Amino acid sequence: MENSVGDAAAASGRLFDKVWQRHLVASPDGEPPLIYIDLHLVHEVTSPQAFEGLELAGRTVRRPDLTVATMDHDVPTINPLGPITDPLAAEQMARLRKNCEAHGVTLYPLGSADQGVVHVIGPQLGLTQPGMTVVCGDSHTSTHGAFGALAFGIGTTEVEHVLATQTLRQVKPQAMAVIVDGELPAGVTAKDLVLGIIAEIGTGGGAGSVIEYRGAAVRSLDMAGRMTVCNMSIEAGARAGMIAPDDVTFAFLEGRPHSPKGADWERALDDWRSLVTDDDATFDRAVRIDAATLRPVVTWGTNPAQSVSIDGVVPDPASLGTAAQQQAAQRALDYMGLTPGTAVRDIPVQVVFIGSCTNGRLADLRAAARVLQGRKVSPSVRAIVVPGSARVKAEAEAEGLDAVFTAAGFEWRSAGCSMCLGMNGDILAPRERSASTSNRNFEGRQGPGGRTHLVSPAMAAATAVAGHFAMPGDLEGAG
Amino acid sequence: MRAVSKVEGRAVTLDRRDIDTDQIIPAAWLKRVERTGFGAGLFEAWRADPGFVLNTPAAADAKILIAGANFGCGSSREHAVWALQDFGFAAVIAPSFADIFRGNSIGAGLVTAQAGEESVASLIAALANRPDADVIVDVAERTIGLPSASLSMPFDLPDYARWRLLEGLDDIGVTLRHADAITEFERRRPGWLPASGPRAHATT
Repeated sequence: MENSVGDAAAASGRLFDKVWQRHLVASPDGEPPLIYIDLHLVHEVTSPQAFEGLELAGRTVRRPDLTVATMDHDVPTINPLGPITDPLAAEQMARLRKNCEAHGVTLYPLGSADQGVVHVIGPQLGLTQPGMTVVCGDSHTSTHGAFGALAFGIGTTEVEHVLATQTLRQVKPQAMAVIVDGELPAGVTAKDLVLGIIAEIGTGGGAGSVIEYRGAAVRSLDMAGRMTVCNMSIEAGARAGMIAPDDVTFAFLEGRPHSPKGADWERALDDWRSLVTDDDATFDRAVRIDAATLRPVVTWGTNPAQSVSIDGVVPDPASLGTAAQQQAAQRALDYMGLTPGTAVRDIPVQVVFIGSCTNGRLADLRAAARVLQGRKVSPSVRAIVVPGSARVKAEAEAEGLDAVFTAAGFEWRSAGCSMCLGMNGDILAPRERSASTSNRNFEGRQGPGGRTHLVSPAMAAATAVAGHFAMPGDLEGAG
Repeated sequence: MRAVSKVEGRAVTLDRRDIDTDQIIPAAWLKRVERTGFGAGLFEAWRADPGFVLNTPAAADAKILIAGANFGCGSSREHAVWALQDFGFAAVIAPSFADIFRGNSIGAGLVTAQAGEESVASLIAALANRPDADVIVDVAERTIGLPSASLSMPFDLPDYARWRLLEGLDDIGVTLRHADAITEFERRRPGWLPASGPRAHATT
């Protein structure tokens, strides 16, 4: 089967180069290379200005068949089929519907069985496959790199560029390796792994680079865990994150609606198996982490690099690196209302949010439900669970997870981005403190004045029960 | 996009690192379907503090923002660039920028002048003495000047970004000169690659 893999790719030997090389359309002198985009995911918030620009210039969508849209960022998660009470959100959704109809773009709108957070539905539909390029006007597009795709977020001007040309101009990023050797200790999840990586390399540690996650601890993750890791690549400043596809990837993809079928499946498999970094390849930069050193963590500050073990205490800014870091840490503690030396387990939490493109998949809901089985949410906690997609919701209900959540006292919501960024009205009150399975603990991210702590789904569930940060093993009756 | 060769005017300093796009423009503002009108939301939460630098009279006609490293990290929202421009900023000076923010800036015509940590620190120190002094960000020369303190320093800006800013080019127009190469590329794509099916919105 002919494809567009060039000789140069074979010579460089890194997964990233192999995928990059096969998408190179042109490398004109004095201009950044032009790369082809296999899949363009679109949502209601970052696309209206792009469609408007396209139409004002008299242009059309070049490949509506490679463009897929859904509604996720500001959809209501309570009574989603009722009237949309927020007129601005309603207008954005109406615009997306109109734009998709006008340009022949497939749309999974609110109410569709396949609606959901854009980075949950792509993999779920089998639209995300190894070796592809995937873009979306959303920074967490890096999620799709878990399949060995080159996937990254873009701005609205670039969305318009992809709509019009199905290509992007990109200066070729550097290739960075993050190698996590060994076995993850008990209780350490993919979320803890990626928060540990970000703490190690910093919020700008991956700038200008595509990170390939390697090593036994990464290999041991299921697809949900790999997506969690790649999802947060952007929190380390990386352009994208990638994990080489393997049998775990292929098993996930087989039989999905858009996965290749029959003879095509065999051809695809042959190709996908070549998408690995060769043994003798070298990286522009490599960071090695021993999995045994990782712990279940909680973020204490206002960027995702500021995390500490659940067994630890709120750090003293004076103990941290440079003067600038100390100043930033003090500012973060002031915003978060925390005192250095406080044990993490002694910090009370008022809200627990389980969901988002980071941790809103079926595996995440199962992990939380296992903790909640037979238990009750603390009376001082408001707890909500928002499945990452309508299909995740349906699958969870089919196995009775909704009953576990609601019996425990969680609100069982419909799919959307929800409290990850609080666009739809699911927000924290000022000074309210959350344990959240989302990806950003920035000031005001979950609502003005809100205080966000990032955690794994299992820790979020245990925290909801305890009323303060806790591990499942801390809870009464834990075996 | 309008061509920009030089930005000259007052600068305000926001000496914090890791300023994320959620701070630059909070998510509540992302419901707008226009590219304009975001200036009122710029740094909305921080502006609640009357002492915040953007609330000082000097900021009213400032054209240049000076900030700490990793400016524009986090969300890909181009609205952050539009908010800075709508407020009146035409250039941002920082030791480093987040990748997506920088790409968005170039696309929208906001100059991102990346200068060394020490250069930025010296600029901030000089401006502390004379906050109303004019700063000149020269795109053609890739220099930052503070004539009142006889300071001049180089900044980094990729050649292509510089060219686009100077020419005010529409990137799509430049790309469409390669339309034949795109069509040829499409002919060679493997047949198993996914393409979307029937229009789902028709069924709901």
